[in-house]
Amino acid sequence: MVCEMETDQIEEMDVEVLSSMWPEDVGTEADKQFNVEKPAGDLDTLKEVTIETRTIADMTRLPNLLNSTHQGSSQLTNLVKQWEYMQDNAVRLLKEELKNLDRQREEAEAKELKIIEEYKFESNEPENVPVLDETSDLFRRFRQKKRDALVDSKKIEIYEEFDTVAYWKQKALSLEKMLEASTERERRLMEKLSESLKTMESQSAPVQELTQNLKRAEGFLHFILQNAPIVMGHQDKDLRYLFIYNKYPSLREQDILGKTDVEIFHGGGVKESEDFKREVLEKGKASKREITFTTDLFGSKTFLIYVEPVYNKAGEKIGINYMGMEVTDQVVKREKMAKLREDNAVRKAMESELNKTIHITEETMRAKQMLATMSHEIRSPLSGVVGMAEILSTTKLDKEQRQLLNVMISSGDLVLQLINDILDLSKVESGVMRLEATKFRPREVVKHVLQTAAASLKKSLTLEGNIADDVPIEVVGDVLRIRQILTNLISNAIKFTHEGNVGIKLQVISEPSFVRDNALNADTEEHEQNENALPCLFKKYMQASADHARKYGGTGLGLAICKQLVELMGGQLTVTSRVSEGSTFTFILPYKVGRSDDYSDDQDEFSDMADQQSEPDDTAEGYFQFKPLLGSIYSNGGPGISNDFLPHKVMLTSPIKLINGFVADPSNNTGQSEMLQLENGGYMDESKLETSSGHCPESAHQYENGNGRCFSKESESCSSSQASSEGGTLEMESELTVSSHREEEKAETEVKETSKPKILLVEDNKINIMVAKSMMKQLGHTMDIANNGVEAITAINSSSYDLVLMDVCMPVLDGLKATRLIRSYEETGNWNAAIEAGVDISTSENEQVCMRPTNRLPIIAMTANTLAESSEECYANGMDSFISKPVTLQKLRECLQQYLH
Amino acid sequence: MLGLGVDRLQADINRLLASLFHQGVLDEQFLQLQQLQDETSPNFVYDVINIYFDESEKLLRNLRLLLMDREFSDYKKIGLHLNQLVGSSSSIGARRVRNVCVAFRSASELSNRPGCLRGLEVVEHEYHYLKNMMHELFQLEQQRILAAGVRYPM
Repeated sequence: MVCEMETDQIEEMDVEVLSSMWPEDVGTEADKQFNVEKPAGDLDTLKEVTIETRTIADMTRLPNLLNSTHQGSSQLTNLVKQWEYMQDNAVRLLKEELKNLDRQREEAEAKELKIIEEYKFESNEPENVPVLDETSDLFRRFRQKKRDALVDSKKIEIYEEFDTVAYWKQKALSLEKMLEASTERERRLMEKLSESLKTMESQSAPVQELTQNLKRAEGFLHFILQNAPIVMGHQDKDLRYLFIYNKYPSLREQDILGKTDVEIFHGGGVKESEDFKREVLEKGKASKREITFTTDLFGSKTFLIYVEPVYNKAGEKIGINYMGMEVTDQVVKREKMAKLREDNAVRKAMESELNKTIHITEETMRAKQMLATMSHEIRSPLSGVVGMAEILSTTKLDKEQRQLLNVMISSGDLVLQLINDILDLSKVESGVMRLEATKFRPREVVKHVLQTAAASLKKSLTLEGNIADDVPIEVVGDVLRIRQILTNLISNAIKFTHEGNVGIKLQVISEPSFVRDNALNADTEEHEQNENALPCLFKKYMQASADHARKYGGTGLGLAICKQLVELMGGQLTVTSRVSEGSTFTFILPYKVGRSDDYSDDQDEFSDMADQQSEPDDTAEGYFQFKPLLGSIYSNGGPGISNDFLPHKVMLTSPIKLINGFVADPSNNTGQSEMLQLENGGYMDESKLETSSGHCPESAHQYENGNGRCFSKESESCSSSQASSEGGTLEMESELTVSSHREEEKAETEVKETSKPKILLVEDNKINIMVAKSMMKQLGHTMDIANNGVEAITAINSSSYDLVLMDVCMPVLDGLKATRLIRSYEETGNWNAAIEAGVDISTSENEQVCMRPTNRLPIIAMTANTLAESSEECYANGMDSFISKPVTLQKLRECLQQYLH
Repeated sequence: MLGLGVDRLQADINRLLASLFHQGVLDEQFLQLQQLQDETSPNFVYDVINIYFDESEKLLRNLRLLLMDREFSDYKKIGLHLNQLVGSSSSIGARRVRNVCVAFRSASELSNRPGCLRGLEVVEHEYHYLKNMMHELFQLEQQRILAAGVRYPM
């Protein structure tokens, strides 16, 4: 039964040498001396095996038990039967032998009888009557002789003559001999018979035989069981041991017999086994159970216990037989197996879970990829649409069309922005985004970001850049991404800050827990972020509230992208915020310092040149402040976004540069300060504005009490509102001002249309001509070209122009001289001065020209911004204004607006 | 060539431009040029820059000839050439070339021959650097246009 139960496990287990159930070194010497080597297994050797006495039995009661129980009696009967059978067999064999002997005797007797009959007469003869000693002697010899002869050969040779005395004597003698031999044989047979009878007698003791058999059976059992990890026992009704086989070696007879389990052992499992036995006894049904014992005696061992009740012949329960098999190893193995199976199952479950996750991730990645591709696919045609719309906006349109177009452009830009954001985000998330490691100057980046922001600033905020002295001049990183982050944060800050200042602080912090040696820490401070929505700030498409979205617009992706980018660069972005006090976004990035000599080498090359001299000072500058320059606008590079202009300003030189600020080159600054000194009154307006706005944001109170209002009024009068398409806001206010603005512009263009202004460009440089021509084309004008002053005079003489753009430095006749000549013509009505100067002008045309009203022809100088071409000189020579080279669309447009009415 | 690299190419272009701006090789005037490019003149930038290089090459050759002449004394001519170069350089936004030209010009105004020679070398160096960069930029641009032209039926 045990086997049946365990087969499934046994199959899976390697066969291994079992250690003995009980430890070898326990027990007494007396027990040990009977220990023998395990025999080779041949039954014949059994006789030689000395069986270890492992049995303890209550000898007084065990026979009773054997006699009183069914099992006991049947076993005895069996033994008796077996003995009887063996006895029968022996008897049968003996009987056969006896029969054989009987037959032999019968044969012998029959032979004797025959002989006697044959020689009847002889028997009549007095055999024992001695006549003479001699004769009788002789007679005896004869008979002997005769018998010998008879024995030797069947035929008795009688040499004597028949029927003589000698003959008869001879015959009697041989017969006698035969008789003797026969009796001898008979005697021997008798002996043999008695001998076999004797042996028969010796074998006939049944008890002895039975005991012997019993001993053999016991020996066999012992032989099998002596090393088996099995304990067998019998306990009576009170569960007291009457018999135990293979008990624990150190237990003595008196320790076990008559005692219960509980009395013998102590520890875990004992009580359980006791209860189990009792249960079996009560139920009367054999059963088995696995019980783990933890006793002081043999430690922790698991036994499979089989218990069966024992009945006497009357059918009453008198006790139990129990058999225990040690299965500790199996149990351990089974448990291990179960654990393995469990682990296996868990692993499988995890694996499938993982597979599922991988699948989902893959799906997600694919979706993201898809999104990126789609976004890209959408972006290309959309940028086409927006671009076209922008071009369309530069053409002639009526008020309504322009309004619609503006909405279209700003919506398109918004969608583009959104798609770009999504693209960026999905790039970061799908790990496609690669970071560049280029050298850059953090100061310039900060400055540039602020410049850019200041340029499109519509509120009276102060933008501050504060860079600590210990920030290296150059660091290595992905400047584009860092700029993107800063721009994003700053534009957010500006968007949500209504008054006060927005700033970037850059400092080096040493944070050993963080990635590398040092980290850049950039703060953008913004004020009045009055929403308690910090946790979802960095989530995609999440804005502080629906209200916010309506009020401020935007996609809600900006901060998410910033965060992703910062994390991609191995940094972290955090925010602290207090309602109505401001928020601080902090991001910490690890950076590497580039080899500083690279750039300075570059500089050395030019260090002797005047323009570059002030540069070294500038690279270390750590503080920038930008006030809103209302009325001047950063043109953001998209074609056709050119609705922003500065009316009443012609002298636009470096300040624009500063605001445009696309290149964060330090020489910008020096250039500006120089120019400020050079500016005339026309510029003062602007600088006044600048200073007043400079005061404003210092404190909110000052801003409140009227100053700010008047300021904003002023800015309105300057019509500085701008159609900023990059901001992506769709606020109605700005929309309105824009449209009214456009209206004006349109009116202007209409006027222009009616009188198709003629413009003359006097320029010797091919490149400049190309550029200027192209710009004019975009502004909707065509113009004639003169390559030098002489050609210019000829052209002016031959047809009338509304505007002349005059290069100052030209071969043959420079711009200043040409202007002087033109002015003198206007005053005198003739070209005498020109002719004097050697310019060939036909008189027929001269007369024609004389008929014209001598309106002052606006001549605008184009200077290359050198000392030789100073503005004073231009004015002194009769020019109305000047444009510094290089010419930009903006300058050109403003100029045209002022002079083409 | 499969139209998949448009983004990458655009990024490369932007990166190149950014670095050129950063180094001060170019300034915002170059953006002006780009703004002027539209459907009616799709190759405007390329054309202008090419003409610029042609013209400048001539000017530089002349300058070198002038300066190599031992009996040389015509600083005014040099000034004129340089004016041309300064004008066109600033028109296309070649800031560094313009700046070194200005320095060269001031040397010529002072009739400082060694200064002029040095100035010429620097100008040539800057000029070639610009040319290489522009060449790279246009190649990228060309690839981008090719890539952007690829359309797949949806």
